[in-house]
Amino acid sequence: MKILLVDDSRTIRNIQKSVLMQLGHNDIVEASDGLEALDQYKRESPDLIFIDWNMPNMDGITLVRKIREIDKNTPLIMCTTQAEKSRVLEAIKAGVNNYVVKPFMTESLAEKITQTMEKAKATATAG
Amino acid sequence: MDVRYVNPFITATCNTFQAMCATPVTVGKPEVKTGEDPSSDVSAIIGFSGDATGAVVLHLSFDTAAKTATRFAGMEIDPEHPDFADALGELADMVAGGAKDHFEGLNINISLPSVVVGKAHSVSASKSAPRLIIPCKTDLGSFSVEVGMVMDRAPARIKKLEATGAMS
Repeated sequence: MKILLVDDSRTIRNIQKSVLMQLGHNDIVEASDGLEALDQYKRESPDLIFIDWNMPNMDGITLVRKIREIDKNTPLIMCTTQAEKSRVLEAIKAGVNNYVVKPFMTESLAEKITQTMEKAKATATAG
Repeated sequence: MDVRYVNPFITATCNTFQAMCATPVTVGKPEVKTGEDPSSDVSAIIGFSGDATGAVVLHLSFDTAAKTATRFAGMEIDPEHPDFADALGELADMVAGGAKDHFEGLNINISLPSVVVGKAHSVSASKSAPRLIIPCKTDLGSFSVEVGMVMDRAPARIKKLEATGAMS
C-alpha cells in the first residue's frame, strides 16, 4: 500500500512516517504543499493520503476538493491543528474520510489509519 | 487584552507539550507585559487574523529549544539542524490551533509559523495589542508563551482560568 504524506512540516511527516512504518507500511511518498501533492498524487496513485490544512502555495482543503473532483475513492485523512467543529464539518463536506487533530498521540494516529483503511476496504468489497 | 483570553493558550500549551513532548507543563502566573520585550534565543511566532488579530509567540533559550525539538522529533536536533526551526514552528502552530478552538463562535485564521533564531533577540509587536506573558516550566527547561490578541467581537463561550491549574 502506497501512502502520500502532505504536510509543510518535515518534522510532522517524519513522525507520521515512523508511525506508519511501525504499522508495517514502508511505501511512503511525501509532499510539502498542496501543489506538490497534486503532482505526487497523479504520478504515484497513492492508496491513502494524509493532508495538513495550513500549507503554503495550496492549502489542504483546496487539495481535498481538487482530488475529489477526479477521485471519490482514495481515503483521505486530514491531519491538522484546525480543531473547530466548523472546520471538521467543512473538511468532511469536502470529502475527507477521517480527521486527526494535532497535537496527537501516536497511538490515536495509528488507530485512525487502521480505522480508515478498514472502512475503505469494507466499502470497496460492498461496491 | 482581556486576561480571560489567556486560558485557552495555557490549555493548548499544556496539551501540546504533553502529547508531543511527553512532558507536563507547570504554568506560572500570567502577567501583562510591560516595558522592553523579553529576550530569547528562539521565538516561534503564529499570527492571528479574522475575528481576532494578534499573535502567539513561544520564547525559548537555545538549550530548551534544542531539548524540546529533540523530544518532539524523536531524534537529536540542535540549533544547526535543518529541522530545528520547523519543529518549533510546528509546536507553536499546535498551541495557536488548540487555543483558537476554545473561542467558540469566532472565525479566527492562523498564519504559517515564523521562527526567529538568534542569541538574545527580542520580538516587537503592535502597541495596540497588549501582551500577556505566560511563564512555563517543563523537564526540558523553562520557556514563555507571549499572547497579544484583540477580539473584534466577544466569543460565545470561553473556559475559566482556574480550570487550567495555572498558579495564582
